[in-house]
Amino acid sequence: MADFVSGFWNVYVIGLVVLSLLFCLFILVSNNKREAGPVELHGHVWDENLAEYNNPLPRWWLYLFWITLVFSIVYLALYPGLGNVKGILGWTSIGQYEAEQARAADRYGPIFAKYREMDVAAVASDPDAQGMGQRLFLTYCAQCHGSDARGAKGFPNLADSSWQWGGEPEAIRATITDGRMGAMIPFGATLGPDGVKDVANYVRSLSGLAHDSLRAQRGAEAFQQNCVACHGADAKGMAALGAPDLTDENWLWGSSEAVIVETITHGRMNRMPGFGEFLGQDKVHLLTAYVWGLSNKPSR
Amino acid sequence: MQSQATYNYKVVRQFSIMTVVWGIVGMLVGVIIAAQLVWPALNLSGAGEWFHFGRLRPLHTNAVIFAFGGCALFATSYFVVQRTCHTTLFAPALASFTFWGWQLTIVLAAITLPLGYTSGKEYAELEWPIDILITLVWVSYAIVFFGTIVKRKVSHIYVANWFFGGFILTVALLHLVNSAAVPVSFWKSYSAYAGAQDAMIQWWYGHNAVGFFLTAGFLGMMYYFVPKQADRPVYSYRLSVVHFWALIFTYMWAGPHHLHYTALPDWTQSVGMLFSLILLAPSWGGMINGIMTLSGAWHKLRTDPILKFLIVSLSFYGMSTFEGPMMSIKTVNALSHYTDWTVGHVHSGALGWVAMISIGSMYYLIPRMYGKTEMYSVGLITTHFWIATIGIVLYIASMWIAGVMQGLMWRATNPDGTLTYSFIESVKASYPFWTIRLVGGLLFLFGMLIMFYNMVKTIAGQKAYDAPVLAPAAAHA
Repeated sequence: MADFVSGFWNVYVIGLVVLSLLFCLFILVSNNKREAGPVELHGHVWDENLAEYNNPLPRWWLYLFWITLVFSIVYLALYPGLGNVKGILGWTSIGQYEAEQARAADRYGPIFAKYREMDVAAVASDPDAQGMGQRLFLTYCAQCHGSDARGAKGFPNLADSSWQWGGEPEAIRATITDGRMGAMIPFGATLGPDGVKDVANYVRSLSGLAHDSLRAQRGAEAFQQNCVACHGADAKGMAALGAPDLTDENWLWGSSEAVIVETITHGRMNRMPGFGEFLGQDKVHLLTAYVWGLSNKPSR
Repeated sequence: MQSQATYNYKVVRQFSIMTVVWGIVGMLVGVIIAAQLVWPALNLSGAGEWFHFGRLRPLHTNAVIFAFGGCALFATSYFVVQRTCHTTLFAPALASFTFWGWQLTIVLAAITLPLGYTSGKEYAELEWPIDILITLVWVSYAIVFFGTIVKRKVSHIYVANWFFGGFILTVALLHLVNSAAVPVSFWKSYSAYAGAQDAMIQWWYGHNAVGFFLTAGFLGMMYYFVPKQADRPVYSYRLSVVHFWALIFTYMWAGPHHLHYTALPDWTQSVGMLFSLILLAPSWGGMINGIMTLSGAWHKLRTDPILKFLIVSLSFYGMSTFEGPMMSIKTVNALSHYTDWTVGHVHSGALGWVAMISIGSMYYLIPRMYGKTEMYSVGLITTHFWIATIGIVLYIASMWIAGVMQGLMWRATNPDGTLTYSFIESVKASYPFWTIRLVGGLLFLFGMLIMFYNMVKTIAGQKAYDAPVLAPAAAHA
């Protein structure tokens, strides 16, 4: 694949690189004179006493300059650098990347592959596999879910027994492999500020939090009309949509009236990226077992 | 003939004083963000987003590079070009505009950056209306500087002016090309370039900002104040010719070393690395020419703290221009990139070279702006020198250790190929070094406060002085 839109730019780049190198060589050679006798002043004086000796270029410095120039010319022969010229070694950065990936797959692939046939519960009770799972988790998952997997505002806690998208091994595997897109629709316009507050009070009443019972009563009606499609008539949520259970004490975004009002008014957008292609099935398998094992005591 | 005319020192005086003031402001912001890394609560999230690290960091870089460094360059170039051309400044009204325009730019930066107005380009964050103001100031600067060169009373142009001239021309080119953008509102614009090309243009600009703003300009300063303070001729005219042209020709290529192992085409990365390596000798040419100017007068280093500042700055220049080419080698860069090593490298150049040569030059310049030849206290200059040097050493050493440690931690793997350390562990391990860095920065800032006190005492009660224009030495008119 060419890096240039036309052959002209290829020639232009080669020309400029070569010209710059030749210029350095020229200026070195043309100033390499070493006069016999004592070093003289160059002959001009500025601002009372500013003058210049005309010492020859220090030898060691000259050699240093030459070495870097020669090194560069050799490097340009071996590696890509002169426009589209490939270089004798045929090296490319994508080639190096692919070779390193292949080497890693050869070396480390079997270590992960040996758990492929074990079921998730069995992997979760294997201390070696759990150690690897944890290391993978700390590299790829901890940024959002935290080192202890207990999540943060907007990022679910994976160490408890509450699951938005299902806590069965296969549901967890699907979540890690393909990611999830959780969307709560905004209801601010439909319900109006007062209506939103009513529903928020009703939602708080579901898990026994302090609330205004008059508002909660009105909110219950609005909830039946607007929210049950996703959260269910009993408000216990729906794993297929990732709609959370509103009757328990787990809150993804927070349980204060103000936060719930914000959630209902503006909606929420949650995204878990998919890791299947990037990590491959063997590593996803270990991660699934690790995450599952956090809330399921492996039988041992 | 000693004419009645006097050099235009007014604009030099203004820029000199603001160099010290902006130095303190910029370094104070640096100390604040260094403290934020140690104590994240200092981001003051409760008060809003205005004091977050991400908002203050560009304020720090803009303040130290363009406010502190920029004012030092304006002051010294206006001083040097007049004295070595034996004439007054061309277009003094324009020179005055460059002072007020530049101060306005700095104030606008200090307001807009914390508010979050940014183009997102490192060291070129300011939005397009401010970019236009910078362009106006810079064109005026070029007219004043080159106009003065044109009306010079000596046939030869002194070497310091080559470097100042190269710096002014190149920065104009860099600023115009990199800041080209499509405005969508008064405080928002999008870059004229996209993707890998945008990244390449940005780092072509970014590295040449180092090469021409922070190197060529300050070499101009070096070529005047080192021989003046040492009272010795420059070591080699020939060396100055070779390293000037080699520097100009090769710096332009070095930018891609900021983008090793990215989507940038392979040939660009190779060329960026090679010309960075070639830069070693031209850079050292400047160091040699400065340090060797002292040969025959080494004893002066013992007693003269201004020379200490100037010569140690050249040592740091040599050190960081050795480190830079090494870090641009792709295999070294694979370890050093994205770590605090880069931060340490930048500061050995910024504190060690740029700040110290500026401070030394200002100590020469400020008393002469008031008809004196010495600062209020030479002892305080010595104190400043030692405090600043210890501060730099703490800063650089801690960042070296932290950087190499981070690089090694990030690449360490277990026998199963998983990473040995999670990212947060490398952050945790960096805390002691960030604390040492904060101490180093505090020391450097404290030195600047001593300088401010010394400056105020020097100026207090003195009348501004404009020296008479000197006639050129008889044989050279």
